[in-house]
Amino acid sequence: MATIAHEIPQVAPEEVNYLNVEHGWKSWLLTTDHKRIAMLYLFSITAMFFVGGLMAVLFRINLLQPEGIFSPETYNRLFSMHGIVMVFLFLVPSIPATLANFLIPIMVGAKDLAFPRVNLLSWYLYIAGAAFTLYAIVRGGVDTGWTFYAPYSSTYSNSYVLAAAMGIFIAGFSSILTGLNFIVTVHKMRAPGMTWGRLPLFVWSNYATGLIQVLGTPVLAITMLLLAFERIAHVGIFDPNIGGDPILFQHLFWFYSHPAVYIMILPGMGVISEIVSCFSKKRIFGYNFVAFSSMAIAVLSFVVWGHHMFVTGESVYTGLAFSFLSFMVAVPSAIKVFNWTATMYKGSISFDTPMLYVFGFIGLFTIGGLTGLHLATLATDVATHGTYFVVAHFHYVMVGGMVMAFLGGLHFWWPKMTGRLYPEGWSKFSALIIFIGFNLTFFPQFILGYLGMPRRYQSYPPEFQALNVLSSAGASILGIGYLIPMIYFVWSWKYGPKAGSNPWGAAGLEWQIQSPPTTFNFDETPIVKEEAYNYGKLEEILG
Amino acid sequence: MWASSFPFADLQLFPVAASKQATQIDQLYWFITAVSAVMTLLIFACLLAFAWKYRRRVQVESTQIEGSTKLELTWSILPFLVMLIMFAWGAQLFFAAQNPPKDAMEIFVTGKQWMWKVQYPNGGSEINALHVPVNQAVKLTMASEDVIHSFSIPVFRVRHDVMPGHYNSLWFTPTKPGHYHLFCTEYCGMEHSGMVGWVDVLNDRDYANWLAGGGTGTAGSLVEQGRSIFMQNGCSTCHLQDQQGRCPVLRGLYNKPVQLADGRTVIADDAYIRESILEPNAKIAAGFQPNIMPVYKGQLTEANVIQLIAYIRSLSPNEPASQQGDQQRPVVIAPTDANSSNSGTSR
Amino acid sequence: MADAVMPVAHEAISPEEEIYLKHHFATPGQQMDADTLGMWTFLITEVLFFGGMFASYAVYRNLYYGAFASTSKYMNVTLGATNTAVLICSSLTMAMAVRSAQLSKRAQLIRYLFLTMIFGTIFLVIKAFEYHDKYVEHLIPGLGFQYEQFPQYEHNAQILFFLYFAMTGMHAIHMIVGLGLLSWLAIEAYRRKYNENYFTPVEMVGLYWHFVDIVWIFLFPLLYLIGDR
Repeated sequence: MATIAHEIPQVAPEEVNYLNVEHGWKSWLLTTDHKRIAMLYLFSITAMFFVGGLMAVLFRINLLQPEGIFSPETYNRLFSMHGIVMVFLFLVPSIPATLANFLIPIMVGAKDLAFPRVNLLSWYLYIAGAAFTLYAIVRGGVDTGWTFYAPYSSTYSNSYVLAAAMGIFIAGFSSILTGLNFIVTVHKMRAPGMTWGRLPLFVWSNYATGLIQVLGTPVLAITMLLLAFERIAHVGIFDPNIGGDPILFQHLFWFYSHPAVYIMILPGMGVISEIVSCFSKKRIFGYNFVAFSSMAIAVLSFVVWGHHMFVTGESVYTGLAFSFLSFMVAVPSAIKVFNWTATMYKGSISFDTPMLYVFGFIGLFTIGGLTGLHLATLATDVATHGTYFVVAHFHYVMVGGMVMAFLGGLHFWWPKMTGRLYPEGWSKFSALIIFIGFNLTFFPQFILGYLGMPRRYQSYPPEFQALNVLSSAGASILGIGYLIPMIYFVWSWKYGPKAGSNPWGAAGLEWQIQSPPTTFNFDETPIVKEEAYNYGKLEEILG
Repeated sequence: MWASSFPFADLQLFPVAASKQATQIDQLYWFITAVSAVMTLLIFACLLAFAWKYRRRVQVESTQIEGSTKLELTWSILPFLVMLIMFAWGAQLFFAAQNPPKDAMEIFVTGKQWMWKVQYPNGGSEINALHVPVNQAVKLTMASEDVIHSFSIPVFRVRHDVMPGHYNSLWFTPTKPGHYHLFCTEYCGMEHSGMVGWVDVLNDRDYANWLAGGGTGTAGSLVEQGRSIFMQNGCSTCHLQDQQGRCPVLRGLYNKPVQLADGRTVIADDAYIRESILEPNAKIAAGFQPNIMPVYKGQLTEANVIQLIAYIRSLSPNEPASQQGDQQRPVVIAPTDANSSNSGTSR
Repeated sequence: MADAVMPVAHEAISPEEEIYLKHHFATPGQQMDADTLGMWTFLITEVLFFGGMFASYAVYRNLYYGAFASTSKYMNVTLGATNTAVLICSSLTMAMAVRSAQLSKRAQLIRYLFLTMIFGTIFLVIKAFEYHDKYVEHLIPGLGFQYEQFPQYEHNAQILFFLYFAMTGMHAIHMIVGLGLLSWLAIEAYRRKYNENYFTPVEMVGLYWHFVDIVWIFLFPLLYLIGDR
């Protein structure tokens, strides 16, 4: 069983790196170093994660009792803000703005992203968007659901729709700029010898994500603007009383928000590829297929949005087309799962914390993805739309999938980003707690959903109580599971043992430079001669 | 602390299947679930097997394998073919759900924040409740007064969004008498979780008793209610009594093609009649430009419109007139052939 | 592929180029390539941004054809056509400005930048007159919209006029931003920042300006020319 290589530091403890090269708030707030910006993002999105998480804790407490505990108004605002914060201020930026921001330049052999100042601007836009959203929360919240359906959101709601919509509008530009930066970096900044076919799959995934961010998010932006005009001036574009069409809002909204869910999973898939190959000491099985599947997902993600609207009365032929395309988009995801599993075949597997998160991801993403089939199928979607079945499905893929991948990636690259190791016992323990807590929270929701319990309900029929109690119990365990890493990560920053440049014995350019890296990453431009994941050769080198 | 005495006492894990559609959808649901379970177990088994067999041991090296195109194609194409079965099966059931049988009993539902108003052809109405006879196809025609709602009866596995501005419909054939939930399943504001009710499926004898009991308060049939609104709001002045041809004739109009002033031809179905009452300027009939009909939006509720439509239907001789309230069963009003959820605002 | 792997600089980079070369790029060519791809990608996002409004326009025009036809009486084709000509001229002067920078002709560059700004300003002034006319005729949704001539179309026309203002207004905002960018370019040009070794910002703003022009080329026929005359 592999142990973490506790290397004796080869250099003096005061080696210069991107963290200690400069001090002071100006050096952070005006930085253009992609690694510092990644850390700024990491701090911000973690804070937003706990804001969104706190709301979840509160409404799961409400759901312990069939008649609820909070008032419906409060409950409605809690779930709406939970969705808005978690989707737009946590999941969409998560891996791209933190891990990918940090790693992509290094992985392609560059000194920084193509546009470092645009990178900093994107963080400020994120903060501005978060500020508007927090303002909306503090003033009392929004109660439209994160989907803002008209005409409720445009004409009837008495909550801070405008502030929240503007927060999302601004944060959207943060996402667009991040994606733009990644696309240009991958095209133009690769080191000599780093061909497209040698790129780490983490780069492919984030490149595909960048394509979606750049093409989809502008439509969200214009949708939020149109909603804002409707709300301020009652122009009528979505008001059925004067001939406006609420379904148009849904089409515009989902045209972005469906691709958005792939923004919220592709980077996680990239992380899994990196970790599974490292901890199986094997190249990824089917590299070309995995890379191609990221691009296929990006393309197909734009043509399936209508599956959110099967019960709105859109024509059956429209429904047919979207259902068929939704099945198609499932195939590349399945390809990835099979390839990751096949990577472990005849590997040499160690069960460090990042690998535990990989196992968790593959299991939970598989379940979540397969329940998507129930929703892609027209007739069963009619039975499950708007119920907890949908809630369970998307939490399995977004939380069981993406959040686990994010945590796995954090644990994998933490030694690189901070130069420190965290306590392995605690990290494994919290991975287990998270896995158990997650399943207890969300599996009962599949059952509740098919039983008919609608989503966004403050109160429910008494026969649903048992499953709701199970779910809320799971949520409390899950919450504890998320808190523990906060504690030991912070602890490790100061007290963790120093990590060397490659504690995991991993392949990849990022593991060949010091931990933490210097500001410009490389002393000299690397020249790439190997394929990605050259674990066969590495074994000889590292022993 | 618990609302019920013991929360696990009435724990259900799978809903009753109380309609023909429910049984069919459950079969498909189980097929998808079985395929998913097999796939999940396969992956889990591989993961566990590999985790055990290939756990890291000193002296044992990993074998670098680049991939296998054959394997990739197999595990892409085979699952896709299985998914095509799901797609086709689901599509077939979905199509069937769009086409109610001709003898379906038509009941009207209006959703508004935060309650459901149900109107029967015999003129009765209820709030948040629906009484239907077993083994009789029922078609619900629905509209919203305000925001988007969604009408759902889990045990029938039916659901449809209820829109402001046009009609949507769903249909089912109940097969098991019982007392079942109905829910609003599209978030609609503060009391979204209060917009719930009960569906009672009654066997023949109980249904007859319910009809006779007049529990829904009949004030004449739906057609009669419509006639009285028609008279009270001055519609009869132009549309029935007028001799100068100022207004389109309503007798024999229902479900017939109408030529519009802008050249289009539309069918005078429920949606057309509703729009013509509430927004008469939207589709002006040829020869009746400029429009002189007042706009009734804001003066008539969706429930009133349903009553008027019933009356106007009765003016077409081949549409069976609706019965009085003392019949054993309400006679079916023939459903429209045209897609009644269109009012020029379909996608 | 045209997009280069980061080149290892074989020749030394001249001192003139060194000033402009940012530290994370290996050669000026790579920097120019990256900047160009970045601007094109940004313009694609703008296409999608306007696209949402074009889609809404298509939907409502199709639904409410009668109302749409009635709105065309209020579109001033003369002013619209003038604006089109003005913008096309401004694109010409912008292209000439880029050319001047490429030839290190500073005075000419500044002149062409000013000409472009003048054309842009003329466009906005004409637009302001058009908007004022609409205001006087009560055709601004949300500001006492009334449709006296065709009351039967009032509701639907309100939506269509909103889209007119949203699309032309968003375009006008992009033009104002463009004017700001041009002013900045003129100042930098005055400070001798641009020459044959380095003219990327001029070219990038040029790309942006041409894009804004092209959006108008789509707006003009769709809003002004199609209709019932």
